[in-house]
Amino acid sequence: MDNFYTDNKDLKFHLDHPLMKKIVQLKESDFSDSGRYDYAPLDYEDAVDNYDKVLEIVGDICANVIDPNAESVDNEGPTLVNNEVKYARGTKENHETLTRAGLIGMSLPRRYGGLNFPMVPYVMAAELVSRADAGFANIWGLQDCAETLHEFASQEIKDEYLPRFNKGATAAMDLTEPDAGSDLQAVQLKATYSEQKGVWLLNGVKRFITNGDADISLVLARSEEGTHDGRGLSLFVYDRSEKGVIVRRIENKLGIKGSPTCELVFRNAPAKLVGERKFGLIKYVMALMNSARLGVGAQSVGISEAAYREAEKYARERIQFSQPVIEFPAVYEMLRNMKAMLQAKRSLLYETARFVDIYKGWEHLSRVRKLEKEERNEFKKYQRLADVYTPLLKFFASEYCNQIAYDAIQIHGGAGFMKDFAVERIYRDARITTIYEGTSQLQVVAAIRGVTSGLYLDHIRQVYQKQDFIPEVQHLVKMLAGMTDEYEKCVNAVTDVNDTEYTDFHARRLVEMAGNIIMGYLLLADTSRDEHYMHAAEMFIRKGHSENKKNADYILNFELKDLGAYKF
Amino acid sequence: MTKFNIIVLAKQVPDTRNVGKDAMKADGTVNRSALPAIFNPEDLNALEQALRLKDKYPGSSVTLLTMGPGRAAEVIREALYRGVDKGSLLTDRKFAGSDTLATSYVLSMAIKKLEPYDIVIAGRQAIDGDTAQVGPQVAEKLNVPQVTYAEEIISLEQESVKIKRRLERGVETVVSPLPAVITVHSSAPPCRPRNAKLLMKYKHSRSVSELQDLSEDYLQLHRDRPYLKIEEWGASSISADEEKLGLSGSPTKVKKIESVVFKAKESKQLSSSDEDIDSLVKELIDKHTIG
Repeated sequence: MDNFYTDNKDLKFHLDHPLMKKIVQLKESDFSDSGRYDYAPLDYEDAVDNYDKVLEIVGDICANVIDPNAESVDNEGPTLVNNEVKYARGTKENHETLTRAGLIGMSLPRRYGGLNFPMVPYVMAAELVSRADAGFANIWGLQDCAETLHEFASQEIKDEYLPRFNKGATAAMDLTEPDAGSDLQAVQLKATYSEQKGVWLLNGVKRFITNGDADISLVLARSEEGTHDGRGLSLFVYDRSEKGVIVRRIENKLGIKGSPTCELVFRNAPAKLVGERKFGLIKYVMALMNSARLGVGAQSVGISEAAYREAEKYARERIQFSQPVIEFPAVYEMLRNMKAMLQAKRSLLYETARFVDIYKGWEHLSRVRKLEKEERNEFKKYQRLADVYTPLLKFFASEYCNQIAYDAIQIHGGAGFMKDFAVERIYRDARITTIYEGTSQLQVVAAIRGVTSGLYLDHIRQVYQKQDFIPEVQHLVKMLAGMTDEYEKCVNAVTDVNDTEYTDFHARRLVEMAGNIIMGYLLLADTSRDEHYMHAAEMFIRKGHSENKKNADYILNFELKDLGAYKF
Repeated sequence: MTKFNIIVLAKQVPDTRNVGKDAMKADGTVNRSALPAIFNPEDLNALEQALRLKDKYPGSSVTLLTMGPGRAAEVIREALYRGVDKGSLLTDRKFAGSDTLATSYVLSMAIKKLEPYDIVIAGRQAIDGDTAQVGPQVAEKLNVPQVTYAEEIISLEQESVKIKRRLERGVETVVSPLPAVITVHSSAPPCRPRNAKLLMKYKHSRSVSELQDLSEDYLQLHRDRPYLKIEEWGASSISADEEKLGLSGSPTKVKKIESVVFKAKESKQLSSSDEDIDSLVKELIDKHTIG
């Protein structure tokens, strides 16, 4: 029987990473749940075995239900019936199957019916679902909203809403409005407190809302009258059964067609405040966005896995000039680079997920007891790392996703342009990843902080360069060391100018350089654990080396005065 | 709401759907060690029907029975991961060499041990022997009605069951009094996947024989969590008449085994013209290949 988890050894490899021990310890503190819940793990090995076995269920459902449904879901799409969203047949079946298998609310604590999984295995599940159907991955992935409620909502709201997730409740995060896209500070949907009814009432319009007709919605709204910026916004939870929202239309999109993107009209929709007033955007949505970005990272890796497999399969089967096209240098080089990029960004994905797991682990523990000084330092350290790795991941994973999908079609030639091959859908689905949950350009704005603060460089020098590498990769170690020096030189060249706009202008180039080095080291570290990764490391570092040279050449031959010519 | 006692019969079989070149031994018998052992596919369809009844009539219980060697405990674990309440492994050296008659005798005696029961559900046939005899023989031995080729158990009432059957040229809906034995066809819905929580709960479940090789920690876990134990029933625990077991209880004699290899000896070239297609269809109908 096909299985998307067991057919991809990379996932088990990342599940067995040495840092998992710390992650499981933090997540399962003393394994005390094993006395209260019959499905809680007994020890570290038992926990990892649980992740492994549950991911096998996910892989089974992905290969045998979601993937076979993907084509019909893409064709059929959701429909609007009496201002309500009706899922495509396949979408409904996918969701019911995952619910029945207990795979909604994977990261929630057991007391709310969740599986209490860390981010690493949860992100793996997201990758698998995305490989099967990227559009459906959005509907499934919105269980992230549960995490936001768990972190910030009152006990009363948690008790009311959280247990519904594992029973199959769907979710949405309603942020975007016609005039508030990348700039969420401009959100205008109005929240007014009704003394008479004792609830908040929401009025206004939301646009481009993924899964907008969900059972449970988190809504960003302006609760402070007369304010105009992010500090006047609060977060609310709205229950679909209140019937205060109508879906005005479903967008007709290029890709991820199975995922309903809705325009919503709120008319006195009763809602409950999540956490405190005024913290909606500046705290809660920022946290929500970070997990959504990690989700898009996973989605991008999953889509790329699907694209790569289609491309390799076709290249082996397609005969031209009396030989399979995979034997031509122009084709095999493309495939090898696709695979190297795929494995590099997958390593970045799970590195980021581990950082998130560790800092969240300490954060949760800090609510139970006071952290020791060392623990607090570690918490801060990993939080900072997660903050700069998340945009780096989202940027690279989604950009690579588009390149890989593009090349996958190229390898198919004319056939790939036709709807007969899955790669046509995969290519369309890939396109959104560099746009939503913050465009690539905005990821660079966030990631440049890791460049200018020196955080990336510190981590490279203090952690990555101090690892032991096998003798066979010493030439690559040397290349990466050279790339690091070159990167440092470029960073200084840009920051020495001391002009924000100048830094912004070169930001993408610098972030790309940092990413190439970081992913290079990650692949080398993977090689130390399994020599199977040497291949990808060799190719990725070679490619990164020449790309960084190109960026360095551009940066080092540029001056502030050259900027003027580019402006409008 | 009425509750029902549901029994599912399942068999662990070699996966004959993906056979390699070493799938058969030189003597023409199945080389079980070369093929992965799996849950017989139509028994999974049967299990799904049982679990749907449990969903529909909360409080009902589903018990799985399987007969086989020690490793067949895996079938019970697979069923626990999907929602059955308990399972028993019918295993005994005395059962070895059973044909369908001896097998159905053992199963019927085990079912009697579980009385009172309302409905017994099994797959139509197993992919190793493909006899489709065990279900009907169990019904005969229990002296209850049987409904074969079921595609859907439409409803269950205190005294009767309504079933849709998949027949050669259509479907038929029948009503049978209870208790009854139902055999399920592969056109019935596929079995649900494992449930994450049930998997984590039951992954440590072991039969008594399996426990013998395990550590003290494991034994302690089993003492703390009695639901992890998979019961094993031998000939004496189901009060079986030894004469009716194993080889002595199996009248089936294998006369000869022939290994048939399909080969295309001759081929015929046809064009896509209407006449050629017409003549091919006529020929296929004449030879009873289609129609």
